[in-house]
Amino acid sequence: MIENLFFMNGYGIYVWSAFSFTLVSFLTLFLIIKNQYIKEKNKFLEKFGSLNSERAAYAKSQSINKEILLNTSNI
Amino acid sequence: MFKYFEPNKIFSITSRAPKYVLFLFITILSIGLTEALILSPEDYKQSHSVRIMYVHVPAAWISLGIFSGITFLSIVGYIFKLRNFFLIAKSLAPSGLVFNIIALITGSIWGKPTWGTWWAWDARITSMLILALFYLMYLVAWRIFEDNDKVFKVTSIITILGIINVPIIKYSVDWWNTLHQPASINILSKSSIHISMLFPLLTMTAAFALFSLLIFLMKYNTELIKIKNKGLDRL
Repeated sequence: MIENLFFMNGYGIYVWSAFSFTLVSFLTLFLIIKNQYIKEKNKFLEKFGSLNSERAAYAKSQSINKEILLNTSNI
Repeated sequence: MFKYFEPNKIFSITSRAPKYVLFLFITILSIGLTEALILSPEDYKQSHSVRIMYVHVPAAWISLGIFSGITFLSIVGYIFKLRNFFLIAKSLAPSGLVFNIIALITGSIWGKPTWGTWWAWDARITSMLILALFYLMYLVAWRIFEDNDKVFKVTSIITILGIINVPIIKYSVDWWNTLHQPASINILSKSSIHISMLFPLLTMTAAFALFSLLIFLMKYNTELIKIKNKGLDRL
């Protein structure tokens, strides 16, 4: 059963390479986009941290800014 | 109606949704992979190589669907001057390009055992390659042009020219003699594919659609934070 799953009557090399390429592409794209997201978020937090209290209060009054600050998830 | 798509209104949803979509994607993908690699039967002619269909076909469908969506969003966005529609279209493009590349590469891998060649300048393969070039041009345009009006105009022109290629891809197997077989699945008439193969195919399509939704949400959130970063600079 296991041998058949790997070799698939000689077609295993084609099937496994097609599925592996797909999954590796998924993982690569996911990591690239996640990295971009974390970079932009850190840039935002850094800029927000450098604002004085008056400007920070104004920036925080905007709903998206509040959401970015609240949402600590990295995905 | 368009006011419901404003970033201020939807960011609270788009920023929280990715973790749920990721969970759903992993669950559906696990079911799909089990069906595609273990449970589904081999083909009487192509044997086990038919399993490549479960990644090749959904990838092709989704890349075509995303390009059509990008074109629709660009045209509507341009007519009604809706900047957010361009942002949504831009966020959809990376997964569209990746699915297009997956369709080309897995198609090439499938071609070797079934047709005896890795590549042929067949109408369907060539038109899919042209679609990948349109995706590339679209993404490069976003990188090259900084002025919003210019980038909206250029990307809209690219998608309008590219969408002409979509029906060519779809009907190339009917219009010309190609190595590709005609469509096995028809929405309007009876499909020629057996249910034991249709189920894993649809499950994998659902998994791929969830993956493109996940990438879209992450990219869209990144683009919104990028805009807000520029806003903080102006304070």
